[in-house]
Amino acid sequence: MSLQATTYLFVGLSFALYIGIAIWARAGSTKEFYAAGGNVHPVLNGMATGADWMSAASFISMAGLIAAMGYGGALFLMGWTGGYVLLAMLLAPYLRKFGKFTVPQFFGTRYYSKGASTVGVFCLLAASLTYIIGQMTGVGVAFSRFLGVSNATGIYIGMGIVFMYAVFGGMKGITYTQVAQYCVLILAYTVPAIFISLHLTGNPLPQLGLGSNMAGTSVSLLHKLDLISQDLGFAQYTTSTRLRTFNMFVYTVSLMIGTAGLPHVIMRFFTVPTVKDARSSAGWALVFIAILYTTAPAVAAMAKMNLLTTVNPQIMTDSNVFAPDAQIKYDERPDWMKRWEVTGLLKFKDKNGDGRIQYYNSKSKSAEFKAKAAAAGWKGNELSVNRDIMVLANPEIALLPNWVIALVAAGGLAAALSTAAGLLLAISSAISHDLLKEKFMPDLTEKGELMAGKISMACAILVAGYLGLNPPGFAAGTVAIAFGLAASSIFPALMMGIFSKTMNKQGAVAGMLAGIGVTMFYVFAHKGIFFIKGTGFVDAIGGPNFFLGIEPNAFGAIGAVVNFAVAFAVKNMTEPVPADIAQMVEEVRIPKGSSAVDGAH
Amino acid sequence: MQHDSEGYWKATLGLIRNILIVWFVVSYGFGILLAPALNNIHIGGYPLGFWFSQQGSMYIFVALIFIYAKLMGNIDKKFDVHED
Repeated sequence: MSLQATTYLFVGLSFALYIGIAIWARAGSTKEFYAAGGNVHPVLNGMATGADWMSAASFISMAGLIAAMGYGGALFLMGWTGGYVLLAMLLAPYLRKFGKFTVPQFFGTRYYSKGASTVGVFCLLAASLTYIIGQMTGVGVAFSRFLGVSNATGIYIGMGIVFMYAVFGGMKGITYTQVAQYCVLILAYTVPAIFISLHLTGNPLPQLGLGSNMAGTSVSLLHKLDLISQDLGFAQYTTSTRLRTFNMFVYTVSLMIGTAGLPHVIMRFFTVPTVKDARSSAGWALVFIAILYTTAPAVAAMAKMNLLTTVNPQIMTDSNVFAPDAQIKYDERPDWMKRWEVTGLLKFKDKNGDGRIQYYNSKSKSAEFKAKAAAAGWKGNELSVNRDIMVLANPEIALLPNWVIALVAAGGLAAALSTAAGLLLAISSAISHDLLKEKFMPDLTEKGELMAGKISMACAILVAGYLGLNPPGFAAGTVAIAFGLAASSIFPALMMGIFSKTMNKQGAVAGMLAGIGVTMFYVFAHKGIFFIKGTGFVDAIGGPNFFLGIEPNAFGAIGAVVNFAVAFAVKNMTEPVPADIAQMVEEVRIPKGSSAVDGAH
Repeated sequence: MQHDSEGYWKATLGLIRNILIVWFVVSYGFGILLAPALNNIHIGGYPLGFWFSQQGSMYIFVALIFIYAKLMGNIDKKFDVHED
C-alpha cells in the first residue's frame, strides 16, 4: 500500500473511532454536558486531561523547539509539567469540593457578585480564545501536511469532526474521545522515538538512550552533540540558556502558573466523583503527560544529531567540518529531504555554488569560526529547516515503515483536535452557563440550558474556525501568550479564593483586572495593540524586553505578582468579606461532605 | 463543627509547604540556578544539571503529586474530615 493510502486508512480509522464514541456518549443532561455526569474514573480523567493538555504545539513543535534551543528548551518541559503540582495541591481538590460546573461560577459565588463572575468570563475568554486560534491553525497545518489537502479544507474537516462529538456529547463525549485520542497520540509519539533511540544508541528507551553512548562507541550522545554543534558554530547543546538565566526562570514560572490557571484543564477535575479522586487524578494526568514530555528531549537531541550527520556524513569520525568534501552533495541527498522540500519546510539554496549543502550557524559570534568558514568558501547557511520537521520527518529519517509515518499523522491530528475540543467546551460553558443562565435568563430550564449549551458550542466552533481560517497574523506566538493571560488573572484569583478567607470582591476584581491589564500592556507594547502590526510602542517606553530583560511571552509571572499585590492592597481599603463567605471557604477546605457537581446555587 | 479545622488547615499548609520546597529545589534550583555547577557531575551520559531540567524534575513532579495525595489522605483521616 502506498504511503498516502496508509495514511488515509489510519486517519480514517481514528476518526471512525471518535465518531463511534460520539454516538455512544451523547449528553442527556447539563450535568453530563458540563461535567460528564461527574463519575469519570480518576485514571481515565488523567488520560483525558493528558490529551486535553497536549496540543498540536506539544506534539509537532515542541521537540523542534528544544532541538533549536538546546538546554534552554527545558523551560517548556518544566513549565508545562510543574504546573500540575500546583494544580493538584492548590486548586483541583478545592474546586472539586466547591462542586460547580465552571470557573467563573466559582468567582461569582466566592466573591459574592455577578461582577466578579463577569470579569472571570472575560479573563477566561481572553485566555481560551487566544489559545484556540493556535489550535485551529494547528489543525489546518496538520491536515494539510499529512493528508495533502489545503489548509482551509483541513480546518473544515476538523470543525466537522469536533462538531460531532462536542455538540452532541459535551464534556461526556469530549472526555471519552480524549481518552482514545491520548492512546493514538502517545503511540504515535513514542514508537518512532523508540526506533530512533535503538538505532542511535542501542537502548530502546529514549529517556535512557539520551544519556547513553553512541552505538558502537564510548562517546556519549550528548557530549558528541555538544562537540559537533560547536564545530558548526552553534551553541553548546547542553548549556545554551534562553536569553538570560533570570528570563528563563521567570518564563518557567509563567508557564507553570499559567498551566494551573487554564480553565479547560481545571474543568476536567469537575468530572471525577470525589475530592480524593481529584488529587490522584492530577497525578495520573502528569504520568500520562510525562510519558511524552520525557520522550521529547530525546527526540529533539536525536533528530538534531541525525540531521547534522546526514548533512555532514564524516563528522562522527573527523571533526574538520571545513574539509572540501565534508558535506553531502545536494544531488545525493536522501529521499526524505526531497519529500519535505516539496512542502517548503526544508529549503536549500546553493549560495556558494559548490553543489554541497553547508548547514551551519552563520551568525556565530566566534571570529575564529567565521574566519574558517570564510576560508572554506562558505557564503552563509544554505539549508533552512522548519523546526516541525524534527517530529514530522523523524520516522522517515530513521527509515521506518509506512505505517509508522501514518501513525504519526493520526497522532498529530488527535493532539490538535483533543485540545481544540476542550477549549471549545470551556468557552461555550462560560457563555451558556455563566453569561446566559446566570446573568440574562436565570429561569432557563434544564432542558433549555442543555440546548443553549449545544448552540453556544456550535457557535464557538464557527468562531474558532473563522479565526483559524483568518488568523490575526500573530498565530505563532499566541499559545505562549494564553499562558501569560491565565497566569496573571485566573490563577491568583482562584488561589486567593481558597487560601485567603479575607479576600473580598473588590480586591479580587481589581487584582484580576490589574494582572491581565499589565500583561496585555507589555505584550501589546512588543507585538502591537491587539497584535496589529506597526502599533507596537515598545521603543517609546524603553526598548524590547525593557523590564528586567524579560521577554513578553514570559511576562505572565510578573502580571501574577501585580495581581496579588493589587488585590491585597485594595482588600485592605474596602469593607471585609461577609461572614457566610468566610464560612463557605472553611467548608471548601475540607473534603467531608463533598457531593456530585451541579450548576445550581 | 466537631473537627479541629484550625489544626487540619495547619497540617495541610505544612504539607503543601514541604512539597513546594522540593518542587522548587529540583526545578528552579537544580534545573536552572545551579545547573551550570551541577553539569560538572555526570550520570551516564547526562550532565546532572541538564538531566534535572530535561528529565529528572518531571519524574520528581509525578512522585510529588502521588506523595501529596497519599499524605493528604492521611491528614483527612486523622482529623476525620475524609469523604465516606
